[in-house]
Amino acid sequence: MADGPTRYIGMPHKRLEDRTLLTGGGRFAADLSAPGQLHMRVVRSPVAFGRLRSVDVREARRLPGVVAVWTFADVERIPPIQIRLTKIGGLEPYQQTVLARDYVRYVGDPVAAVFAEDPYVAEDAAELVFPEIEELPACISATEPPREFMPETLPGVSSEAACVTKAYGDLDAAFAAAHEVVELEVAVGRHTGVPLETRGALAEFDPAKGTLTMRGAAKVPHYNRGQVARMLDMPDEMVHLIQGHVGGGFGVRGELYPEDVLVCHAALRLKRPVKWVEDRQEHLMAANHSRDQSYRLRAAVDARGFILGLQAEVFSDQGGYVRTHGVTVPDLSAAMLPGPYLVPAYRADVHVRLTNKTPAGTYRAPGRYESTFARERLLDAIAHALGRDPVEVRRVNLIPRDRMPFDRGVDTLGTRVVYDSGDYALLLDKLLAYLDYDRLKQALAARRAAGEHVGFGLGYFVEKSGLGPADKAVISIDAEGMVEVVTGAASIGQGIETAMAQICAEVLEVPIERIRVVHGRTDRIDYGMGAFASRVTVMTGCAVKAAAEALLEKLAGAQVGTPASAEGWFRADHMTYPYGIHAAVVRVDPGTCAVHVERFVVAYDIGRAVNPMLVEGQIVGGAVQGIGGALFEEFVYDANGQPLVTTFGDYLMPTLAEVPPVEALVTEDAPATQNPLGVKGAGEAGINGAGAAIAAAVDDALGRPGAVTRLPVTPIRLHRLLGERD
Amino acid sequence: MTSPHDKLAVTLAVNGRDYRIAVEPRRSLADALREDCGLTGTHLGCEHGYCGACTVLVDGVPVRACLMLAVQAHGRPIRTVEGLAGDGPLHPLQEAFRDEHGLQCGFCTPGFLMLAAGVLEREPDIGDEALREILSANLCRCTGYQNIVKAVRAAARRIKEAAGRG
Ligand code: FES
Ligand code: FES
Repeated sequence: MADGPTRYIGMPHKRLEDRTLLTGGGRFAADLSAPGQLHMRVVRSPVAFGRLRSVDVREARRLPGVVAVWTFADVERIPPIQIRLTKIGGLEPYQQTVLARDYVRYVGDPVAAVFAEDPYVAEDAAELVFPEIEELPACISATEPPREFMPETLPGVSSEAACVTKAYGDLDAAFAAAHEVVELEVAVGRHTGVPLETRGALAEFDPAKGTLTMRGAAKVPHYNRGQVARMLDMPDEMVHLIQGHVGGGFGVRGELYPEDVLVCHAALRLKRPVKWVEDRQEHLMAANHSRDQSYRLRAAVDARGFILGLQAEVFSDQGGYVRTHGVTVPDLSAAMLPGPYLVPAYRADVHVRLTNKTPAGTYRAPGRYESTFARERLLDAIAHALGRDPVEVRRVNLIPRDRMPFDRGVDTLGTRVVYDSGDYALLLDKLLAYLDYDRLKQALAARRAAGEHVGFGLGYFVEKSGLGPADKAVISIDAEGMVEVVTGAASIGQGIETAMAQICAEVLEVPIERIRVVHGRTDRIDYGMGAFASRVTVMTGCAVKAAAEALLEKLAGAQVGTPASAEGWFRADHMTYPYGIHAAVVRVDPGTCAVHVERFVVAYDIGRAVNPMLVEGQIVGGAVQGIGGALFEEFVYDANGQPLVTTFGDYLMPTLAEVPPVEALVTEDAPATQNPLGVKGAGEAGINGAGAAIAAAVDDALGRPGAVTRLPVTPIRLHRLLGERD
Repeated sequence: MTSPHDKLAVTLAVNGRDYRIAVEPRRSLADALREDCGLTGTHLGCEHGYCGACTVLVDGVPVRACLMLAVQAHGRPIRTVEGLAGDGPLHPLQEAFRDEHGLQCGFCTPGFLMLAAGVLEREPDIGDEALREILSANLCRCTGYQNIVKAVRAAARRIKEAAGRG
């Protein structure tokens, strides 16, 4: 069936997705409508913490066009939203109900839902709902001592929901043998993904078939289908989640949120389609936040700066409730903190504490953006303490190639962390050569001597990708030679249709134009893990490869034009671990206290790239998000727990004016050993080390090692730092 | 007595076609385009004037459709992403966005396309600095902007070449 030479894997193939999106044909959540639909508007708590006494909905119900107004009493039979990932015992009391029951725990906590004929009317009515809340003092810091989570109704339940501990090696011996002990306290502010499309959903009940369908799904449609079915007491097969176009994911979009369950329940109860589209202000206070961790690190080092032992105490601000991610972020923080370094003895204790802010979940490189920042700040501090070059201190600590595969000595996300392959020193050499490091340092020194505040910094990290346990794909070819690939993956805008089609085209040797990729539909395939943790290219990609090979086998000897179909699976017990280095050159303007990123380089070993154009796109986009978190973005709260950042005017995502050209230096020196394609994920490569690199560069520009201890380095913080000098 | 909720008759002239609709005075142009004209290519990322996802051309000038009322656009020529290529081949900007990988999720894309189209029509020879300044009016959370700039530059070249030939 060959139509000439086809080599697809490894080629920068243009995206199959683009034409529709470029012509305005995209079908995002808000673009969907159904005849007779109602519009939902959620009424949210205006206070951060308080006892919810009652909700007065009478006036709202009287507004013409309003069909229903619900409070907790209307949804009391719906169980709280369960934890999807990294479930550990004892988290149940902290789960969120779809509408608040006894307490409100953050500004934005849903207390009522209005359903109306028109979205403007729904919004009008929402303003006529009056919750009666006895306000209580809010907790807005995870480093404060724990208190009671809901004192009156859950006495004795502490706001410290868990403490995640990871440890190996003999820490006491390490500290006893130390040439020096280096200590450090650093923190990363609250950021989140902020996809440009807000969340939205359209739920519809079909009385003829008895099925409930929710469109607007993303990320994990199969898992969420099961949860919606369970919560609404329906059989799984009677519930379908379908994804259309998704305007960005970044970890935030597509988890199961209260609003998803509310629209589904309303479609069943009110017997009309129900549509919900959140506005940006809601999104910024209701969708998951992330980061917001404080680290206290102690390292025992020898005279060369080799880390003999590392001890970490981390405080993770979970916000108002424990959501679907359970303790994923703290778990990853603890497991990935040692990064690319040997660190023979280690212990991390991560305190997961509930506060009165928006609940937290994952955001691109969860637990790693933070832990890389902390670890790389530590490496810089060690270099400074010993008077050594930061690059050399890293070099003495890197895990050598001949130690691969390297058992990290800890577990995360239910799997043993075993770095499958890597040549960390080689990537460092390649980066330094690319930068012409010595010359760059001289040039910066000369500019500093001339009075400019310029500096260089880098951050090394290990990423993870390809979370199992399994993925499935079904590939069919029809009599005309058209191929359909059905996967259980989800697209969140990352170009998976193209990547999957490339893999399929390579194996089947058919032109890519004849291939159609289906994803994000629970009605087309019974198994799917969705898109998170940079897993799709690895897991779904290998399932597509297996299915294509099975199809070839079936077709062997068959006549041209024989329709056929085959399924393929890929299973993996371990993740695969790409790695990278971020390097930044910054200039500080002492007048405005602004930090200008002049140059940003991402060196990254991906094992093998399916589509280098997409990989580079992921890296550049991630880097800009990382720069945003390092310099501008932060959810700030006042002492009463009122969010001060609820619009794009306050949550400062980088625009073109703030970002440098990002250079991607992608290598393929360490193919994955865990999968037949050799691929590793790219989704989190661009963001992971950005905070670390920029912090180091700012230190260097100020000539003050260790000055930056907190991200983002906003002009106000920088101003304070500069003031401390005088 | 008239109420603020009484609907007004408005004609929106979108992509060369007249849409006669009845809207409340408070209805935004973006909502009218999306809900009353069925043109959902104009996206809403903030409804607040910050992100530019809703950018359309009114009288040839880029406008944030979330900040304009439908009644204000009555009778004025409006262009949206749906009209950029019409039924024909892709507009050079659309082609260049595809070639340069100037989009990922595609949510910001219609806004960037219309912003760029408005600029290139008025200033085909716009310099790099000025172009970057204009493009920094809109937000993209996926691409890091690099390829968007490349795409607009490439499109500008193609448009000029085509004009030179024509
Ligand atoms: S939706 Fe109009 S500027 Fe954001
Ligand atoms: S491509 Fe997703 S916001 Fe720009």
